[in-house]
Amino acid sequence: MEIDPFVFRLSIFILSIFVGYYVVWSVTPSLHTPLMSVTNAISSVIIVGAIVAALAGDKSSLFNTSNIFGYLAIILAAVNIFGGFLVTQRMLAMYKKKKKDK
Amino acid sequence: MSANLLAVFYLISGVLFILALRGLSSPETSRQGNLFGIIGMAIAIGVTVISIGNFSLGLIYLLVCLLIGGSIGAFIAFKIPMTAMPELVAGFHSLVGLAAVFVAISAFLSPEVFKLGFPGDIKIASLIEMSLGASIGAITFTGSIIAFLKLKGLMSGSPITFTGQHYLNLFLGIALLILIFLLCKSQSSNLFWAIILISFAVGVLLIIPIGGADMPVVISMLNSYSGWAAAGIGFTLENTALIITGALVGSSGAILSYIMCKGMNRSFFNVILGGWGATEDNIKSSSKEQKPVKSGNADDAAFLMKNASSVIIVPGYGMAVAQAQHALREMVDALKKNGVKVTYAIHPVAGRMPGHMNVLLAEANVPYDEVFELEEINNDFANCDVAYVIGANDVTNPVAKSDPQSPIYGMPILDVEKSKSVLFVKRSLSPGYAGIDNDLFYRDNTLMLFADAKKMTEDIIKSL
Repeated sequence: MEIDPFVFRLSIFILSIFVGYYVVWSVTPSLHTPLMSVTNAISSVIIVGAIVAALAGDKSSLFNTSNIFGYLAIILAAVNIFGGFLVTQRMLAMYKKKKKDK
Repeated sequence: MSANLLAVFYLISGVLFILALRGLSSPETSRQGNLFGIIGMAIAIGVTVISIGNFSLGLIYLLVCLLIGGSIGAFIAFKIPMTAMPELVAGFHSLVGLAAVFVAISAFLSPEVFKLGFPGDIKIASLIEMSLGASIGAITFTGSIIAFLKLKGLMSGSPITFTGQHYLNLFLGIALLILIFLLCKSQSSNLFWAIILISFAVGVLLIIPIGGADMPVVISMLNSYSGWAAAGIGFTLENTALIITGALVGSSGAILSYIMCKGMNRSFFNVILGGWGATEDNIKSSSKEQKPVKSGNADDAAFLMKNASSVIIVPGYGMAVAQAQHALREMVDALKKNGVKVTYAIHPVAGRMPGHMNVLLAEANVPYDEVFELEEINNDFANCDVAYVIGANDVTNPVAKSDPQSPIYGMPILDVEKSKSVLFVKRSLSPGYAGIDNDLFYRDNTLMLFADAKKMTEDIIKSL
């Protein structure tokens, strides 16, 4: 009997939860705010679904209801991607070590 | 591009996202980590566009959308003050939630595009996945908006509770499950809309009973939800990058919620079910007899700190409100010139989001190796001459250790009371969020500095 591809995806999902668990525990508490903003940015990878929704399908009409929802989702996700990564960058640039000139 | 190759690229961007989080284990590697995240995102978007192969008008529309969203995002990212980070993150969560809802709607209306079947004949598994994704996304959306309004002060931070609230939530939760079940049987679009609408309502109802100072838990929880919503959509679209990312973000938010709850010694459900302080009968404790308090001015504080050999700064939400972090840094610089050793102590739930104080101190150019977490520094209070408490309150209250009747009993606190003298910057003697009196105010070694945190700190600089 063949294994349903769903089971493979479920395996990836479960293993990723564990990866996430260990990786996030190793994040230093002083970087918890950047952690939230960067997780926010990467969860906007949902944009790939939005792109498919907007562009795939019947090429002659790009403005079906479902396309429009796709475009809207692209805009929302793009705000998050750019905003999230840039604000994280801005925060991380502020974390400096003590100057050694003492 | 073949589906297999596409999947490999999605896997690569998933791995890059893991590396992005991994980088945050230390400030040195964090910037590189962020770069990995950006590369991962670029790969995911790039290969998706190539795989569609629509290089006509559609691509232009896509670029226009990216440009609109991207410039809004970039504008916000550069303009936002660091003190507004909690509401920014809450706002961003709401966008992820809404995007998940939109993608799910799109998949429901045109399932053939996503190879999920046909309208009215969508695969059952896909229906479950997309309705879960849409539902969690919708809860994230409205929940984050309420959190945003509360953090921004546009809505009262006090808990809004009414009788039967928890039963209503329970009822709506069960209704959602029944609707999803019915949707799988009938494929009716009305049911799908109903699921989304009810989820919007649940998001609001879930967050309104939670008070302002519990926001660190709420933000982390919504962070987690946005991850699970993304994972739900990832299953629907059979997209590995989304599944991996969703799982990462989901567990990240869950861990942060756990850390925040532990920082307050409360169970997750206790926070979620809402209403602390305001609903309980703590008001009676405020009618206690007036106890003597020693209060001082900036000169006294400056004298004490100048003659100390070590000072520990304990910042809290009040520092963020007063924007006192820069003045604080200047004060510390002046103290260091006098040969005083200065460190910072951060309680896990100080501020309105995890790591809030650290970001503000970093913004004020405080080196991160002078900033310590509760466990690292708590023993040092016994050997320190002056503890300078600025904008913190409940997290320093010794009642948490001594009085089993207190609502904050058992909460880990910073042992400020062990230091030789305590300078407590506060506008008045009013109790903190938990609604309880802080014993520390009445100790012999405590000097109250009644003033705005920023103003007082600036005055101290002057007299140094």
